[in-house]
Amino acid sequence: MTALQIIFLFVAAITLASAVMVVSARRMMHAALWLVLALAGVAVIFAMLDAGFFAIVQVLVYIGAISILIIFAIMLTRKAMEDVGPQLNRGWWLAALAVVGVFAGLAVVIVSWPGVMATAGVGPDADAIVNFGKDLVDPDKYVMPFEVASVMLLAALIGAIYVSVEHKGGQP
Amino acid sequence: MSFWTDPMAVIANLIGGWLAGLGMTEGWVTFVLSFLGAGVYALLVMLTVVLLIWVERKLLGRFQDRLGPNRLGPWGIFQTIADMLKIFTKEYITPNGVDKVPYNLAPILAVAGVLSVWAVIPLGATILGANLNVGVLYVVAIGAIGELGIILAGWSSRNKFATLGGFRAVALLVSYEVPLVVSLIIPVLFSGSMGMNNIVHAQKDIWYIVLAPVAALIFLITSIAENGRAPFDLTEADSEIVAGFNVEYSGLKFGMYYVADFMHTFTIAFLFSTLWLGGWQGPWAEKYPMLGLFYTAFKAWFIYFTIIWLRGSLPRFRIDQMINLNWKVLTPLALVLLMMTAIVNRLVPEGMLVVRTLALLAVNGILLVGTSWLLNKFAGRNKRVVVAPEPRPVARPEQISSES
Amino acid sequence: MIPLPWLLIFAAALFCIGLFGVLARKNSVAILMGVELMLNAVNINLIAFWRYFQATGADSSRAWTFVAVVLVAAAAEAAVGLALIISAYRKRKTVIANELNLMKG
Repeated sequence: MTALQIIFLFVAAITLASAVMVVSARRMMHAALWLVLALAGVAVIFAMLDAGFFAIVQVLVYIGAISILIIFAIMLTRKAMEDVGPQLNRGWWLAALAVVGVFAGLAVVIVSWPGVMATAGVGPDADAIVNFGKDLVDPDKYVMPFEVASVMLLAALIGAIYVSVEHKGGQP
Repeated sequence: MSFWTDPMAVIANLIGGWLAGLGMTEGWVTFVLSFLGAGVYALLVMLTVVLLIWVERKLLGRFQDRLGPNRLGPWGIFQTIADMLKIFTKEYITPNGVDKVPYNLAPILAVAGVLSVWAVIPLGATILGANLNVGVLYVVAIGAIGELGIILAGWSSRNKFATLGGFRAVALLVSYEVPLVVSLIIPVLFSGSMGMNNIVHAQKDIWYIVLAPVAALIFLITSIAENGRAPFDLTEADSEIVAGFNVEYSGLKFGMYYVADFMHTFTIAFLFSTLWLGGWQGPWAEKYPMLGLFYTAFKAWFIYFTIIWLRGSLPRFRIDQMINLNWKVLTPLALVLLMMTAIVNRLVPEGMLVVRTLALLAVNGILLVGTSWLLNKFAGRNKRVVVAPEPRPVARPEQISSES
Repeated sequence: MIPLPWLLIFAAALFCIGLFGVLARKNSVAILMGVELMLNAVNINLIAFWRYFQATGADSSRAWTFVAVVLVAAAAEAAVGLALIISAYRKRKTVIANELNLMKG
């Protein structure tokens, strides 16, 4: 058991425990804070897999923006009654059963796949990120997903502003 | 490889050799060395901040035509130590009903959000914490963690003023991140890399503040806003009398916010000097990295002085002025500047440094002149109308008519 | 290096926990948090497969573009979803998913 594997088990345990707390916390604010911890754990795992760029982008986008947005939304939609009473649906045991079934199916598929015991190679070289940047604007490569993602963000921005503007006269 | 040409490697070899002699394996030696290095670095930064608090108070005093602290020690130099002792011994008053974990975690996050930036600032050619090749992105991401600390503080204090103050502060900080990131793209554009040490290396021929002064100005303004300093300090002095998100903190927890504030200013000065003023570049800086440390501190000192100067001179902005400044002035200016800088940078062929500099300076000048013209043209449009008070009966009308 | 099955099973577990959050929680914001967990699990899967099968090649961009688009989609969806939830709260004064049932037949 190398040091890296021990650290991975530790971080994975923390992340999964935080995720369980997210879906079962009674108070919404606590759930949001556990979500931040889970996302930070995922960022650490990205860093361990030599994807440092995505670790930092994860912290920046998820923890720095989406989590703050979720906390704002919780604050703006809060009444005193919200956090009282059962937090789960009436049919939550059915959901639990379905989830356990899905997990069992996934685990079986993963373990029985012949290529699963692959060994990792050496890792990306130093200018992988420079090539990533070049390929994102290369017309033969990935400029299309890049531009479409930008348009999607623009649409999301405009949509969110329009939906949340309060129109005078009660018009939706 | 003597001590003077490569100090960090020599120290690392010494300690690593001693640790390996004690019987540790390679991985553990690296781990202990990293831990030790991070601890010593953080300690040095925090001790320097203690000195800088004294510098700031003296300077502010001089700006305001008074002496500043001058009782304890020569020139009042032990004043900060006395303040620290006072804050250490204050009682922690925890309000009833706070959430214990976020309440105690928030000051730690605030300090961590500033201290972690120091890991990527290159103090010398080989003196730096971690040579991340995405250092600039890391700086922005760590700023986001600081904001999380403020939200936690505001919400967990169970105080309406604290919550509102915290949310308003974070809304402002998130807004000011947009022009900050856009202005940070410009050194990345010029040097072709996001790593801070590469950016400093690429400023060998010319400093980036000459190539893009407007971008440096936008970076300075938005960093001061991110710091929450005057003239942008409504997050900690407004909310009418109470102190905003940290109103329920006392003792050392409040001291942590105070320290984080001053450390952030210090960090901004060093970041500015690294990204725009050439960092550790200077005569013989590559051969003797310790000289690089001196150069970067020297350059950072001017920026630090300017920030304190701004604090002592300008009145506080209102919140609508701050929001208008961000979204109507800084963000469009930064975006247009980025586009024009990128275009001009590509149009001028490689290697013609003087032509490139002059072209970029022309672009910056045009943008600056254009922005001030636009601002002047639209400045009078939304004037607040001050309603003069109605004349009301007074006790001695003959005195009024004699004066007017 | 971390064995690949560990990473894949960890990602599957995170996905399933997020799925439980989506299916079983009453509050709409909590459902959205479950969706974010699922998208993170997808990202871990992608990065794990990239690291084991493509990292030594010259072209990491395909995997990284995929991960970047998933990240961007998650951000956009969180923004619009939360705006919708806040708008629904203003009209209906509730965020419980069961009670937003104006169109129920």
